[in-house]
Amino acid sequence: MLDDFLTRAVLAGLGLVLATGALGSFVVWRRMAYFGDSTAHAAILGVALSFAFSLPVYLGTLGVALAMALAVAHLTGRGQSMDTVLGVLAHSALALGLVAVSFVPALRTGLDAFLFGDILAVGKADLAWIWGGAAAVIALLAWRWQRLVTASVNEELAMAAGIDPARERLILSLALALVVAIAIRIVGALLVSAMLIVPAAAARGFSATPEQMAGSATAIGAVAVLGGLWASLWLDTPAGPSIVAISALIYAFTLVLCRK
Amino acid sequence: MTALIRAADLSVSHAGADLPVLSHVDFRIAPAEIVTVVGPNGSGKSTLIRALLGHLALDSGRVERAPGLRIGYVPQRVNIERAMPMTVRRFLSLPRRVGDAEAAAVLDRTGVPGLQSRQITQLSGGQFQRVLLARALLNDPQLLVLDEPTQGLDQPGIVAFYKLIEEVRARTGAAVLMVSHDLLVVMRASDRVVCLNGHVCCEGTPQAVSAAPAYRALFGAEAQGTLALYQHHHDHDHDHVAEGHHHGPACAHEH
Repeated sequence: MLDDFLTRAVLAGLGLVLATGALGSFVVWRRMAYFGDSTAHAAILGVALSFAFSLPVYLGTLGVALAMALAVAHLTGRGQSMDTVLGVLAHSALALGLVAVSFVPALRTGLDAFLFGDILAVGKADLAWIWGGAAAVIALLAWRWQRLVTASVNEELAMAAGIDPARERLILSLALALVVAIAIRIVGALLVSAMLIVPAAAARGFSATPEQMAGSATAIGAVAVLGGLWASLWLDTPAGPSIVAISALIYAFTLVLCRK
Repeated sequence: MTALIRAADLSVSHAGADLPVLSHVDFRIAPAEIVTVVGPNGSGKSTLIRALLGHLALDSGRVERAPGLRIGYVPQRVNIERAMPMTVRRFLSLPRRVGDAEAAAVLDRTGVPGLQSRQITQLSGGQFQRVLLARALLNDPQLLVLDEPTQGLDQPGIVAFYKLIEEVRARTGAAVLMVSHDLLVVMRASDRVVCLNGHVCCEGTPQAVSAAPAYRALFGAEAQGTLALYQHHHDHDHDHVAEGHHHGPACAHEH
């Protein structure tokens, strides 16, 4: 069954949205869109380093994304002007990554696959990484769920209940780095945050509780993956961007449908 | 009786600021006592609350909380992000899950029954404050800490809210520690008032504080109004609040 490239692509996409549905909801609730961008853009540097040191791409990406997420979380905690700091970091990380890539001859022609993803080229080993990473993210979020939601509602309320908001921020940073690492082969560094934000934003319109929103975002993400892959085959379009485009269509649809 | 919270010689400064926000503040609150902290903006009221709750690093001094003290907390300016769907029912289960019956009972007690399925962001200011209070009451607190709980309420709303606080105290015996800007109402609703401006300017019964020169220097004309209104309303509806509410002769001749 796994010998079919389309089956592998579907499984890879569904594995990713399992993780992005819930995490993306946190990204929307906590206004971490830019945070997601900077972490994802840093992944290109991770790809370059992985090739330079012959490491698995997932490990290099995870390491650099984690370092970036921690740096950003640290700056958030220090109360810097977040918008500016993240704007600086997100784009410098991308620029630095592209410069680093130019030193790795093997990557010069194959860079597109990491910028925009190449879900149709996903192999069995990739599937193991993707599903392993997604399972880790879901386990992490489920374990901390009540604490994460409380800290996202209000940090003072969380502290009064004995929750350390800084620790919950770290948990989310870790989950974000994991998602970036598993998404790089699927939608690529430039569209990771779209997979986090767009389905969650679409789910907001018809959700009454945080749990409903996380669940709906996962379902919308799954529809987008299937629809995007279908569109990609039918219209011969790039798969990753097609998936994101379908999510955007669903978002536009919910805007009209749930207009209040 | 032993104090629920006792703090001695608290000093706190914010990173990068020259002057400490709080210097050498002593504080205590006893069971079933209603204590209100008043003071101008930037006088360290919220900082004091957060220091007492243990949310802040202290420069000096120490805070002793009674062992196992259960605190219900309503922080200042709770903003629920609009992007986050949240029903009242779900909100009450953060972070400790509570049963439907318990949730219904506590909403009943704070005067907002039946709001369970409403979105938090669609509540009026008064409803939201009562829902916050309901959530704070869920763990059967020995001490309620309310940081400007009436922000954004109109005058009748403010009066009604303080009345509710007194009812809660009478029913549960919980002590109440409040920060407030509503001098007029607070003066009637409190057993003890602490007037803060980086340090404790004066403290005592509402009458004593509203007559104190330090308090009047801090609040000026509004302080005069407090005294007048305090006396005006006194005989009507707050006789049941026990100690500290009898007039001294010095008060009576103030206007």
